[in-house]
Amino acid sequence: MTNTTVLASLNSALQHAMQSDERVYLLGEDLLDPYGGAFKITRGLSSQFPERVLTTPVSEAAITGIAGGMALRGMRPVVEIMFGDFITLIADQVVNSLTKFRWMYNDQVAVPIVIRAPMGGRRGYGPTHSQTLEKLFLGVPGLRVLAPTALGNPGELLSQAILQDDGPVLFVENKLLYLTQLFNPAGSDFTLAVSTPPDTYAPTYTLALRDAPPPSLTLAAYGYMAELAREAIIKLAYQHEIFAELVVPTQLAPFDAPTLAPLLDSVRRTQRLLAIEEGTLALGWGAEILAGAAEDQGIVLQAARRVAAADLPIPASVPLEAAQLPDVESIVQAAKKMV
Amino acid sequence: MSDDLNLYRTLYRIRRFEETILDEFSSGVFCGTTHTYLGQEANAAGVLSHLNPGDIVFSNHRCHGHFIAYGGDMRALFAELMGKATGIGGGRGGSQHIHWRDFYSNGILGSTVPISTGAALAEKLTGSGAIAVVFIGDGTLGEGVVYESLNIASLWGAPVLYVVENNRIAQTTPIQLSLAGDIPARFTAFGIPTSELDTSDVTEILPVAGQLISAMRAQPGPRALILHTHRFGPHSKGDDTRPEDEVARLRAERDPLSIHAARLSAKDRAAVTKEVDAEVAQAFAQAQADPAPQAAPTP
Repeated sequence: MTNTTVLASLNSALQHAMQSDERVYLLGEDLLDPYGGAFKITRGLSSQFPERVLTTPVSEAAITGIAGGMALRGMRPVVEIMFGDFITLIADQVVNSLTKFRWMYNDQVAVPIVIRAPMGGRRGYGPTHSQTLEKLFLGVPGLRVLAPTALGNPGELLSQAILQDDGPVLFVENKLLYLTQLFNPAGSDFTLAVSTPPDTYAPTYTLALRDAPPPSLTLAAYGYMAELAREAIIKLAYQHEIFAELVVPTQLAPFDAPTLAPLLDSVRRTQRLLAIEEGTLALGWGAEILAGAAEDQGIVLQAARRVAAADLPIPASVPLEAAQLPDVESIVQAAKKMV
Repeated sequence: MSDDLNLYRTLYRIRRFEETILDEFSSGVFCGTTHTYLGQEANAAGVLSHLNPGDIVFSNHRCHGHFIAYGGDMRALFAELMGKATGIGGGRGGSQHIHWRDFYSNGILGSTVPISTGAALAEKLTGSGAIAVVFIGDGTLGEGVVYESLNIASLWGAPVLYVVENNRIAQTTPIQLSLAGDIPARFTAFGIPTSELDTSDVTEILPVAGQLISAMRAQPGPRALILHTHRFGPHSKGDDTRPEDEVARLRAERDPLSIHAARLSAKDRAAVTKEVDAEVAQAFAQAQADPAPQAAPTP
């Protein structure tokens, strides 16, 4: 999987999923070729599977509900929400129907649906097309929230979600990841460890500097922020002699002990935890990560901090936007205060 | 056994079940709340008589009548309302959230409209020949996702029958305060063939529903049936703000039971009454004796 982008990996995964299971349908806005979706993740699929790529009206709630009904009746639909900002429009379907059915109908049904949502800023799209909104959906019982990373195989994660997961999945794709090359540890400054908790197929990656002293700081990040954290690790080591390792989960929810284990293993050694996310700071993923570490009786936390977006809407102006979103420098500055 | 007698039995089973719920609620045997179908029995009986095995039904908070007309077990429904292990969903769902065979209900108004549309679409795409029926009320016409769904159902030819039971009151809000324009136009605007009836006579609903469903089977696509009806009981329990004499007038003029009973001999009617009274009493007693679920939560 070297020399390939996250975009190409996701596109191949959709193609593979549709090829291998005729119950897989794609629903979303502007999916048809030659356009192939706003971010081109579905390009080519409507030509190859014209009966199973359904381009829809601008009706996110109904698309999600309709796909949910299809899933309830044995299909494996994939919904594309054009911009992740629009997931507010699908909230009722996800929270009160799709994630509840299996449990409230006493385990008599399954709802295998994957909802893909491109999130994130840094493209100057402004307040309603740049957000990182998945925190609104973290902690919904019955919903698995996945975030692919360029450290692993995004396509494999997506194809497992589509073909193997019998429950609803929100699949969060940071837009800047799309053109990012998949990471290859061979020949890099890093070693990469992968662990997959027993109750999920979504791996957690641990990235450490090769031939470096033992790390004194754990960074936790997901999605595109893992790319920025990787750059920050190099800077911290070469410019500040601070050695950090990076833990990158691909499963954000459910947030349970097995999923958290690789992170806690790292913090147990470093005693310092910096949680990094592109979403707004207050009441977010980072807070939950720090709480998980604080609650672990085997961990003595010397320092804990969060880096995240300002608690404000995202401005369209590129310099204003850059000032509000966390970047490599804000990770470095936060880390320096901890060690 | 005549069809008229079978229809009467269905109407009376729903009536007796719902009366038992309201009579027994104050004794504390049931969890939460309930929404009874009193007065609307002919709608469920008239529409669901046309279903084949495998056809799908989506219902709402007022789902007991639909469930019973679908063929659901009264003991399991009583037990569900009591929060018992033998309930339809083991006590997890309660009155509004039940699933058995191809019957589903949910308490979020409007949410079932896209879900049922998608379910119908899946049946069309797999070529099963099954259709879906979704019951909504006048109150649900205020939810936006309904119209998104009608648009897509019509575009994609989803074989779903939208049944609007217009009981002219949403909880306590009369329709003149909640609904502008007219109801059939909401469906015909999307190119959905629509029929409309203002009756409590099951024998009038039966053929119209039958024609719509036959047409859907022959030519898959959505249809709508608007049934102007009347709710005799409160929205849930003790929350009826209508004048008592108005409800009494509706009971006198629009009771599906008395309208249809006139077609039966006194002997047949008495026999059904006796049989169903015993059946409902036994279902209630069995459910009461059933065990509570184990308390351990499971993911």
